Amino acid sequence: MSERGLSYREAVAEAMAEEMRRDPRIFLMGEDVGEHGGAFGASRGLYKEFGAERVRDTPISESVIAGAGLGAALTGMRPIVEIMYMDFMAMAMDSIVNQIAKVKYMFGGRAVVPLTIRTAYGAGRGNAAQHSQSLESWFVAVPGLILAMPSTPYDAKGLLKAAVRNDNPVIVIEHKLLYNDVGPVPASDYTVPLGKAIVRRAGKDVTLVATSRMCSLAARAIEQLTQDGIDVEFIDPRTIKPLDMQTIGASIRKTHRVVVVNEGPRTGGFTSELSARIMDDCFDDLDAPVKRVAAEDVPIPYNPKLELEVIPAEKDILAAVREVTS
Amino acid sequence: MMTNTLDNETLAGHYRLLLKIRFHEEAIKKLYQEGKVWGTTHLCIGQEAVAVGVVAQLRRDDYITSTHRGHGHMLAKGGQLKPMLAEILGKATGYCKGKGGSMHIANMELGNLGANGIVSGGLPIAVGAALSAKLRGTDQIVVALFSDGATSEGNTHESMNLAALWHLPVLFVCENNRYAVSTCCANSIAGGDLVGRAAGYGIAGTHVDGNDLEAVHFAARDAIGYVRGGHGPRFLECQTYRIEGHYVGDAMIYRSKDETDEWRKRDPITHVEQLLMERDVLDQKQLQAIRAEVEEEVREAIEYAKNSPEPASAAIYEDLYTGGVGS
Repeated sequence: MSERGLSYREAVAEAMAEEMRRDPRIFLMGEDVGEHGGAFGASRGLYKEFGAERVRDTPISESVIAGAGLGAALTGMRPIVEIMYMDFMAMAMDSIVNQIAKVKYMFGGRAVVPLTIRTAYGAGRGNAAQHSQSLESWFVAVPGLILAMPSTPYDAKGLLKAAVRNDNPVIVIEHKLLYNDVGPVPASDYTVPLGKAIVRRAGKDVTLVATSRMCSLAARAIEQLTQDGIDVEFIDPRTIKPLDMQTIGASIRKTHRVVVVNEGPRTGGFTSELSARIMDDCFDDLDAPVKRVAAEDVPIPYNPKLELEVIPAEKDILAAVREVTS
Repeated sequence: MMTNTLDNETLAGHYRLLLKIRFHEEAIKKLYQEGKVWGTTHLCIGQEAVAVGVVAQLRRDDYITSTHRGHGHMLAKGGQLKPMLAEILGKATGYCKGKGGSMHIANMELGNLGANGIVSGGLPIAVGAALSAKLRGTDQIVVALFSDGATSEGNTHESMNLAALWHLPVLFVCENNRYAVSTCCANSIAGGDLVGRAAGYGIAGTHVDGNDLEAVHFAARDAIGYVRGGHGPRFLECQTYRIEGHYVGDAMIYRSKDETDEWRKRDPITHVEQLLMERDVLDQKQLQAIRAEVEEEVREAIEYAKNSPEPASAAIYEDLYTGGVGS
């Protein structure tokens, strides 16, 4: 079978279309996901194929979009709900945090919640403070959820298909700046397992762990570092909850140095948890402190120069790796 | 017979169910005062006619979403006393294996999608279950039970809007017991007209004396028939009164004893006893016999709950995920 190139956006749409063809219990609902095809075009073509019953435009009601997804999931359906911007999850926090994440446990295990929540996050588009956040660490702190952050078109399709087939609430967090990225995506049916990291490059000098779009920056930084003679082992966790500490730990036991990169804020962002887990599991293997690359502790500013200065850049990753390997 | 009169057998059956809820709640109050109930608990004493009048006539495969004051809803949906009381005592034999407690009692087989510790938290779930029923092509309906307090939450409005927009089979039942913790509905509901609020979403509704079992039953029957017929949601406000405090131990300084005493005179159970006697269905002695039987049932359930095992510590990490995903 020939290798196809698809955009991340097309990969998301294809994952949903394939799953909806396979299982009539799956439907999509969210704001402007129908004829409009979603704010980022990630459901383009679905309305035409599946119609208004299975690709449902909702009013702007994030709390009930998420909560209704739960009600449908508890009663025999397998919904995919889209929260247009991750920032808008703030409007759905009760449904997600108090209901979706907890019902199974609160009910003594006597419930199954096959619910997928898709959302778009991240800065770099001039969308300013309320449309640019990386809020994944909020949800990392909520037991009962699974969080996936695809960084490539291949993973966007494979992780989403795995999420839809999973019997738990899974939040798939897509990066707005990745939707146009093109990469190889098999037309065949495949899934990327939840809870499994991938070693994108083997190396011996330092472990670099990066999430979502930060992987693109990391890959560019690694090209430079390789030229400089630094052999980087590069890990993409792909699922940040549960976190594959086995893969990360095995790498650190080899390299003894680690840099972690995430677009969330330095304070309480995902690098905080990631570095704490590494300290828990790998302290004796480390030859240098864990180095974090994260966003500044400010809201994302509108001005493009300021915005880029606030979020991690390739040069920040380069500096961090050089520091821990010097 | 009047058209809005329950047949004798149903009325007698409902009397037994009302008592079951009342005695259940009284038992919890006593257990709480004895220090045997951990955490907090919210009693529905005085509101039993809403639970029985609305929920008891649902089919087993219909759904309800309930509230933090939801013991009566669960018992009226077919809940059993033993796992109810065991759950409230936090035991492994409870409906939620002791992990949910009073505010999270649920049972999928009985169609109870959960009591809820969050005021209005159940309404979006009800809308989703109704969407599911519609997409699966069944004639199941969902009754979303909520309080006067919930009518000020955005969830309630978002849920009514979406249910109306999509013509979903939801019966919204506002159990207006006049108090949200200490705040009287007069101080929380602008305009004061809840039926009018629903009408704003194109949802027809009515209000009914929530302490009159037959009135509740027939108003709910009409609404349920409409919703099951695929015509979209309906709204029913049951006007009742929370005889007890918000929680067991509430000093209730925010309302007068006179007010509470007035409502005690309108006890829904006393009312049904009068009907049963007036209609020569049961006499005083037979009523007393039924009371004694239900009391005994509750007593047995308490013993069962007390003697049930605590959950094992190993249970802490069980029941979080389906299929072993998670760390």
